[in-house]
Amino acid sequence: MSGPVYDIAIIGAGIVGCAIARRFAIDGARVILLEKAHDVLDGASKGNSAILHTGFDAPPGTLELDCIRDGRAEYLAIHQRMNLPLDACGALVLAWTEDEEAALPALMAQARANGVTDVEALDKAALLAAEPQLSPHVRAGFRVPGEALIDPWSAAHAYLYQAIAHGAELRCRAELTGAERHADHWSLATTAGPIEAGLVVNAAGLWGDHVDKILTGNARFDIRPRKGQFVVFDKPAASLARHILLPVPTKTTKGVVVCRTVFGNLLVGPTAEEQPDRDIAALVPETLERLRETGARILPALAGHEVTAAYAGLRPATEEKGYRIDADLSLGRITVGGIRSTGLSAALGIARHLGQLCGITPAEPKHWPDMPPLSQDVTRDWQTAGHGGIVCHCELVTSREIEAALTAPAPAHSLAGLKRRTRVTMGRCQGFGCMAALARLTDGRFTQPMTCGDGDAD
Amino acid sequence: MQTDVAIIGAGPAGLAAAAELGRLGAGRVVVIERDAVPGGIPRHCGHSPFGMREFRRIMGGSAYAARLAHEARAAGAEILCSMSATALFDGPLLELSGPEGRFMLDARCVLLATGTRESSRIQRMIGGTKPGGVMPTGALQGIVHLNHQIPFRRPVILGTELVSFSALLTCRQAGARPAAMIEAGPAILARAPAALLPRVMGVPVHLDTRIAAIHGRDRVAGVTLDTPRGMTDLDCDGVVLTGAFRSEAALLAAAGAPRDAGTSGPVIDSFGRCFAPGYFAAGNLLRPVETAGACWAEGKRAARAIHAFLGGALPDPASAHPVQIASDAIRYALPQLLLAPGPGSHDQLQLRVSRPVRGMLQLRQGETILASRHINARPERRVMLPLPAHALNGPLILTIEDST
Repeated sequence: MSGPVYDIAIIGAGIVGCAIARRFAIDGARVILLEKAHDVLDGASKGNSAILHTGFDAPPGTLELDCIRDGRAEYLAIHQRMNLPLDACGALVLAWTEDEEAALPALMAQARANGVTDVEALDKAALLAAEPQLSPHVRAGFRVPGEALIDPWSAAHAYLYQAIAHGAELRCRAELTGAERHADHWSLATTAGPIEAGLVVNAAGLWGDHVDKILTGNARFDIRPRKGQFVVFDKPAASLARHILLPVPTKTTKGVVVCRTVFGNLLVGPTAEEQPDRDIAALVPETLERLRETGARILPALAGHEVTAAYAGLRPATEEKGYRIDADLSLGRITVGGIRSTGLSAALGIARHLGQLCGITPAEPKHWPDMPPLSQDVTRDWQTAGHGGIVCHCELVTSREIEAALTAPAPAHSLAGLKRRTRVTMGRCQGFGCMAALARLTDGRFTQPMTCGDGDAD
Repeated sequence: MQTDVAIIGAGPAGLAAAAELGRLGAGRVVVIERDAVPGGIPRHCGHSPFGMREFRRIMGGSAYAARLAHEARAAGAEILCSMSATALFDGPLLELSGPEGRFMLDARCVLLATGTRESSRIQRMIGGTKPGGVMPTGALQGIVHLNHQIPFRRPVILGTELVSFSALLTCRQAGARPAAMIEAGPAILARAPAALLPRVMGVPVHLDTRIAAIHGRDRVAGVTLDTPRGMTDLDCDGVVLTGAFRSEAALLAAAGAPRDAGTSGPVIDSFGRCFAPGYFAAGNLLRPVETAGACWAEGKRAARAIHAFLGGALPDPASAHPVQIASDAIRYALPQLLLAPGPGSHDQLQLRVSRPVRGMLQLRQGETILASRHINARPERRVMLPLPAHALNGPLILTIEDST
């Protein structure tokens, strides 16, 4: 028994794996994308702050910076063709202490050195004019006009759907269990059967070190998961912030951000907590309470607003700060490790970089997916004719949108996957109003069902 | 599209109002219901006794819901199902969205009867992971009673309100065996006979206990309980978050309407008026949470006020006097704004206390005591104070002369 021979097998269908699959499929390679979970975006890509960064604070002269800049440029160039949102709201970096204020000039110089030349220093009065709800305790800051808000899941799904339109295959519940290198190709053992491919790309995120060890036989780096918790405030709070509000970063973290989402909420996070577990990101009530307080220190009016949801993500950090990208083309292997918080911004740039490593000239896409409009500043499906009825009343998700997600090029295989594709159950009621309808509509359609079978009720 | 009265929500309050408005000859009455079938929460309550007050007989939830809808339709009301109200505007004007798309409904008057929902996990600040199998009773009962599906085999049930025991029975009907009931307080909140159910069903009840964390990646694998004897882990495959009801007031919040922090619902006057001219509210939207029968009675009452409003017979809302609560033992009091009695006005102040309290409840205007009664109240019981039948003038103060 043997699978077809692929040019390239990508391990891990997170944002990075999806972007790489897109690049190589557009460029004419036979691509297979392997994901161990029931659905894509189930690891590090499931929770982040949904910001498209400029790289203004990235380490100068690094591959990470190059990938962020290239990735951002490509997103800006293609997002409209795929109906992906962009809220070009800009960011304010805010200093709250004397020390932070003293650090601002160096940060602005770094931004300019990184090619982000449109940063603009703002004094306290200018900050309060730009952001009227900001606490008057702010001391000084600067504006980064290019920072923007995007939809982290629709972007990744769009890359994946475009890859599939160009012939890529996705296989879920396909965990890599072994690998053998032959003269010109790999034999990969997976929980979904054997795969043969010329080139293997390790984009396994939180499991990148494990996969690297399977492919190279060596423990070349360690994933040290860094948890980030977030709280999400209900829609009325979104009017409190115009910009992305960033703190002065420290050596280890960008710090706690306050920003709107393209879905019309307001989020506060993330924390940065090292932990050994790479699968479980637990919410800690005391931490969430502190995040809520942090939010209210930055925007005092936030104190009266309701928290709708909380989530936690894991960043696949390593023992070093930078990206761990290396290629051994003679052995048909590329490792893309240590892609931390900047992965969403950098994914398209990383994919482009891999293409260059392989000597491929980027081709123009022949197919463009038309992503469902989920952001709040466009006409949503519920506002158009024939949507079949609203199922999720908090997030206004229609029956037609759910059916579309269940029949997409890579259909939702779990409630989590359906959430990321449609936003069902993400609102204030957390499923009180729609979970029963969803259990009915998805019956027999998920590989990970919402229920454990039929009952004999009543 | 135009109507005389638009009612948002086809639960007991909305349907009772629709039926009464039909009987009163209030013109065209349209009920907007987001679910596919009218009836509201009672529809998926398979077992509680409904209907004694309304129809003089004991009925199951779904039969009761069907009867309410039948009465409304028989009185001439139209019920639009699978239809969501998505925004409220001055006018009154409603933005609606149904299977065919979005449209506007111009109404002379609107009754908001959107009811209540249970608090979500984040509102209860439960830590841990976010696996599948964590749900409120509302979702559980829909899955079991409407879909005939089983969401889990061995859940824990958080809460000991009446609805918590309803969740317990629903689990049993689905063939699931709850591992435990969890109550943060020192005693079961619901009264007998419901409170006897766990013993009958062999389900342990943990008092003075919180769920500190939920475990499991994709499905619930267990919970950590914070008990008086310390932290302990319990195996289970689901968590039912029962009760801790709050008003389903999202439409009002989005419209910027004044809300009462104590009730989580709208601020209303004696006639149930709220938000903007022509808007009324009734039922569990007003406060969490009373019985279907109490909501039904409020709906009927609101219908009489609406009928009077359409005839130009209600007093100027600007003449209302706010009730100032001057006791920290009083969580809320409804209506928040009082006027002299009239058609369809609330004739009693309804309130809840925040802690067990005994004493003399008084509504005062200056030095004059307008209404008073001795109470021995607990947080889980409603307290009613009959309102005076005469005109009011000047600020109103509600206190409890504590005797505990």
